[in-house]
Amino acid sequence: MANAPSRPLSPHLTIWRWGPHMLVSILHRATGIAVSFAGLGILTWWLFALSNGTDTYADFAKVAQSPIGLIVLIGITWSFFQHLLSGIRHLVMDTGAGFELGINKTFAILTIVGSVLLTALMWFYLLGVRK
Amino acid sequence: MSLGDSATPLGKVRGLGSAQEGGEHWITERVTSIALLLLGTWFIASLLLLPKLDQRTLVEWLHAPSGFIPMALLIIVGFRHALDGVKVSVDDYVHEPGNNFVLNTLLLFLAVAGAAIALFALARIAFGVAG
Repeated sequence: MANAPSRPLSPHLTIWRWGPHMLVSILHRATGIAVSFAGLGILTWWLFALSNGTDTYADFAKVAQSPIGLIVLIGITWSFFQHLLSGIRHLVMDTGAGFELGINKTFAILTIVGSVLLTALMWFYLLGVRK
Repeated sequence: MSLGDSATPLGKVRGLGSAQEGGEHWITERVTSIALLLLGTWFIASLLLLPKLDQRTLVEWLHAPSGFIPMALLIIVGFRHALDGVKVSVDDYVHEPGNNFVLNTLLLFLAVAGAAIALFALARIAFGVAG
């Protein structure tokens, strides 16, 4: 195999026509990486600030409530929900179910609708209702 | 195999088939994902159900066993799942064995360090002087 450099390459992102399942598959990886680094990083920072006394926590809260801080937090929240919902989709698919074209596509779209809806509801409650 | 024709059919195939192991990484990823389905939902629900997100309320929440224990589990399982997940991406894109080993080792150190810092902060919240 090492002596066969001209083996055909599998068609890749630029060749296939995009569909919801492709998007969700890539989003699962991207959001997983986002939650791994940004999400766990901020969780650790948040806990450390909490443990370090009122002043340190005030500094954290100030950054978190700034426009950029909120955009990052909302982004991580959406990433978390998207990864959670597409993770459920993957667990279902791991059992061998949900591969029928129509069902697979619908399930993929639902993970995006669900993650956007959950993120919107959560932040509407946090910023609009409870304040 | 050097046993040649004298080997029994069983002797010829021994060691060539399934070793009944090697799938641990894949299985661990799934098992931790199911745990995080519960712990992640608990975390989001807790943040929404707490009356406020100021330092005093949050420290009180993590002081109690009902806050401390799931949070400790979320940290441990969360960092483990993140490490397992990011490793899949590294293994997909970084093929050179040396680079792959170095990158995966760095990520292992990062995950262990992150989990240690987060657990230290949590312990300080629960057992240290609050406020």
